[in-house]
Parts: sequence; structure tokens; C-alpha cells
Amino acid sequence: MSARLIWRKSLNVTMFSLTGVCALITVAALFFILGYLVWNGGKDLSWNFFTRLPVPVGEAGGGMANAILGSLKLLLLAALFGVPIGLLGGMYLAEFGGRTIPFLVRYTADLLNGVPSIVIGIFAYTLVVMPMHHFSTLAGGFALGIMVIPTVLRNTESFLRDVPTSLREGAFALGANKWRTVATVVLPAASRGILTGALLALARVAGETAPLLFTAFGNRYWSPGWMQPTSSLPVVIYTYATGPYEDWHQQAWAAGLVLLGLVLLTNIVVRAFLSRGTSFERL
Amino acid sequence: MMNAAFPLMGNSGAAAASSAKVAVRDQSVSAPSTTSLRMKVKQVNFYYGKNHALHNVSLDVATNRVTALIGPSGCGKSTLLRTLNRMHETLRHTRLEGEITLDSVNILTLDVTKLRRMVGMVFQKPNPFPKSIFENVAYGLRINGHAGRLDDAVEKSLRRASLWDEVKDQLHKSAYALSGGQQQRLCIARALAVDPEVLLLDEPCSALDPVNTAKIEELLFELKATCTLVIVTHNMQQAARVSDSTAFMLNGELIEFSPTAQLFTTPADPRTEAYITGRFG
Repeated sequence: MSARLIWRKSLNVTMFSLTGVCALITVAALFFILGYLVWNGGKDLSWNFFTRLPVPVGEAGGGMANAILGSLKLLLLAALFGVPIGLLGGMYLAEFGGRTIPFLVRYTADLLNGVPSIVIGIFAYTLVVMPMHHFSTLAGGFALGIMVIPTVLRNTESFLRDVPTSLREGAFALGANKWRTVATVVLPAASRGILTGALLALARVAGETAPLLFTAFGNRYWSPGWMQPTSSLPVVIYTYATGPYEDWHQQAWAAGLVLLGLVLLTNIVVRAFLSRGTSFERL
Repeated sequence: MMNAAFPLMGNSGAAAASSAKVAVRDQSVSAPSTTSLRMKVKQVNFYYGKNHALHNVSLDVATNRVTALIGPSGCGKSTLLRTLNRMHETLRHTRLEGEITLDSVNILTLDVTKLRRMVGMVFQKPNPFPKSIFENVAYGLRINGHAGRLDDAVEKSLRRASLWDEVKDQLHKSAYALSGGQQQRLCIARALAVDPEVLLLDEPCSALDPVNTAKIEELLFELKATCTLVIVTHNMQQAARVSDSTAFMLNGELIEFSPTAQLFTTPADPRTEAYITGRFG
């Protein structure tokens, strides 16, 4: 073999190995985190963890029912607030906008997506917490909702754009106007993708800590209604993991496992749902 | 300037140039004298932005007849078809000049929803909605506020499209479960459900195999008893088989419009002859 051929072959093998190893590291990172959490947090997981309130330091048992419910309530608010705005905004971009305004909206949405979550927290603090003079589930849900908007918006737009023009024309040709066409043909055709995107966006913000620190704050007890400070999984993890007690560290591991489990489950279910294909034929 | 000039040319005495064209059309009037004209296209010019796509096109569409539009790609036949139910208005920067009438009413003055209910359309590729077979056919009825029973209307339309016997037991299955040919007949049923007076077909068989093409052609023959049909086709044999009169278009102009038999056997214009004998296009 000539030297040149050897050089080429070895370069090929080297690059193949290098890219393969990097791909492996990506996969390994997830499984390492998951394994580590199961190892450290698994043993503290019990039925009580999901049903009971935290107990004082030193006392055995206790759970994080209030944090789990708090997180769910925050996500519900975020969905109610962020998803409709993102959805309708995305519909505007894909279906009704001209050129200039959608360009600006898209650009702004991408910028909003890049705003650090702690800044979103300050924004919600100024807008909701300060006028109300206290922390609340509402303020936390508002902060998370803002973070959901750009993702849902861009995702909705792209799934609506994927719906073939021929479907719209079919509806127009039957005398449907623009809104009727979008509402009864285009949106249903894209609904699966849009729903998937919304759930993924919510799963993404479920783990956000920073925007909740000074909006939802935290709570050792149940948080009745929507106007009281509330506990949430990410904030509890943050508090417990940085606290001085070994009990707390254990509980933080368990909470981390629960949070990751919820997010992973959402992802897997949603992706399985989406992989059954789009609800329209590629024309 | 040009925009203002065209209508003038149509009406004024400065029509020496256009009278020749009229004479050609007059001697080739396709329909027997007993049939009326459902649609008339008069001196239509059409623009996509600055692109002048139709040049002074005039065409008569005879009631309960099949009118075919043929010509090479880009000649404007689909554009002309789409002006007949104002589908061009779904695109930006388009402009239509001239007059198109449906039963002597200028369609540009009609409400577009009403017009499209009277002038239905079937597209090149089957485009059923992601809904059940039943809901596809019922769609037009629903959006037009149909009062009677949907079941009966859906069955009637499916029968008219020769699809009922194949789908009557699976009306609530997705339309995508059907084959391509069935999907196209479903789209025809969907268009027929609102009882249009005119049905426009834009190369309805180009995505289908010969067996399904034959079925659709047979269907067109049955449909013209109750409906006026205008079909764009790339396939000259198809035009010869299904149509009563044929218009040949080239570069946005209507070159010749004659009874189909005459156009294919003794074309008046050398360009028509060149096209149908396969010298270009």
C-alpha cells in the first residue's frame, strides 16, 4: 500500500471513531444521570414521598406531595397562559401574516427564547409579585408561561406550514373562507404536531428553577388556591441540595429522580404519539 | 396604460385586429344551437405580478358539455381554469381584467363563497381532508349551512361519483385508507355535494393509473348530464375521448377553440396542428 492510501485509511478510521465516541458520550450522559439518580434517590422513594408533606429535620419519613402538586399547578397555569398565546400567534405567522410583521415576530420570539430564565423571573417578579406584594402560584405560572410562548409559537408555525397547500385549496374551492379553512382543515391536520410541541415545551420548563425562586418562592405546607407561595420540585431540589442536612440531600436526590422521570415519561409518550406519522398525507 | 387600453379595444370600433379572431371563433362554434352557454369568458387578461399570463382570452362554456383545455406546460390553461371560480384570488399579486359570466352574471360581482359553491373544483392530485370519508363529502354541506339530512346528501354525492358501492360500509374510516383513484372520486363527490352548476377539473387523472383514469373518464361522461364540465388535461387522447369542444392554448393565448372532433382532425391554425401532431409540447 502506498503511504497516501495508508494515510487516507487511517484518517477514515480516526474520524469514524471520534464521531462515534462523541455520539456515545451524548447517550451515556443521559444514562449516567439517570443511573446516578436511581442509585442515590431510588432508595428514598416510597409511597409516602408522593403523599405526605415534608417533616422537620431529624424526623424520619415525610414526602414532597406539596412540591409535586405545586409543580403540576404551575405547569397547568403555564399551559393555560402560554399555549393559547403561542398557538394563536403561530397561526398568525403561518396563515395570516404578510412578510415584514411575521419576520419581526419570529425574530423577537427567537430572542425571547434566548432570554435567560432568571431574567424572566425578574420580569414576572416586577409585573406580578410587586403589585400583589407577595409570592404566588400565579406569578410562577406566569413566568413559566412566558417561557413556553416562543417554543409553542415557532412549533405551531412550522407544523401549520407543513400542511400541504392542496388541502387549503380543497377547502377554498368549496367556498370556505380563510378562517374556516384554517380552523376546520389546516389546524386539525397539524393538531398532533402542535400538541406534541406544546407538551415538550411544558416538559422543558418543568425543570426550571430560576424563574420560580422569586415568583412561586416555596412553601413547607400545602398551598391552597393560586394566590399563595407554593413549593415546586425544582426549587425544593435546589433548597435541599444546598442545605446542610444529610436527610435533605437524600430527599433532593429522590425529588430529582421524580422530576426527571416525569419529564422523560412525557417525552417518550409524546414522541411515540408523534411517530405514528402526521395526520395528513404528504402530497 | 395597457390596463386601460384593453377594455377599450374590446368595445370600440378599433377592432380590425380582433375581428379576425372573432371570425375564426364564429365559424367554429362548438355547441349545437339547442345548448345554451353556462359561462362566458370575455377578453380576459390575467397577471401574476408583472407576468402577463393570459392575453385577451375569450371562451364560451356550453351547458352540460365537457370543454377541454389543452396546451403545453405553462401555456395558461390551469390559470384560465382557476379564474373561473376565482381561485387565483388565493394567491398574492394577481390581477384579472375583463369579464367572466356565469349564467349572464359577472362572477367578479358575486360573493366568492357563493361562486365557488356553484363552480366546484377538482385538483391534480387527490386532496381529501384528514377526516372520514363521510366528513369529507359533508364538508361543503356543513360550511354552507345545509339544512336537510346529511346522510342522504352524502350518499347521493357518493353515488354520483360512482364511489358509493365501494365505500358504503366504511364511511367513517379515514379518507386516506382509500386508493388514489378512489380518493380522486371522493374529491369529485365532495365537490358534487354542494350541487355545483359547473365542475372544474385540473388534470384530474395525472396522478392516476390507466384503470382509474378510465373510471374517472367514464364518470365525466355520466356527470355531464347534470353538470357542466371544464377539464384541463395534458393528455390529448383524454381530451379527444371525453370532451365535446377543445380549446388549444399557447403562451397565454387561446389559439383555437373548436368542436373536439374538428380540432383534432382539421385544425384551423398551423400551431394547433403542430401541437397535436407532436411537433412540440
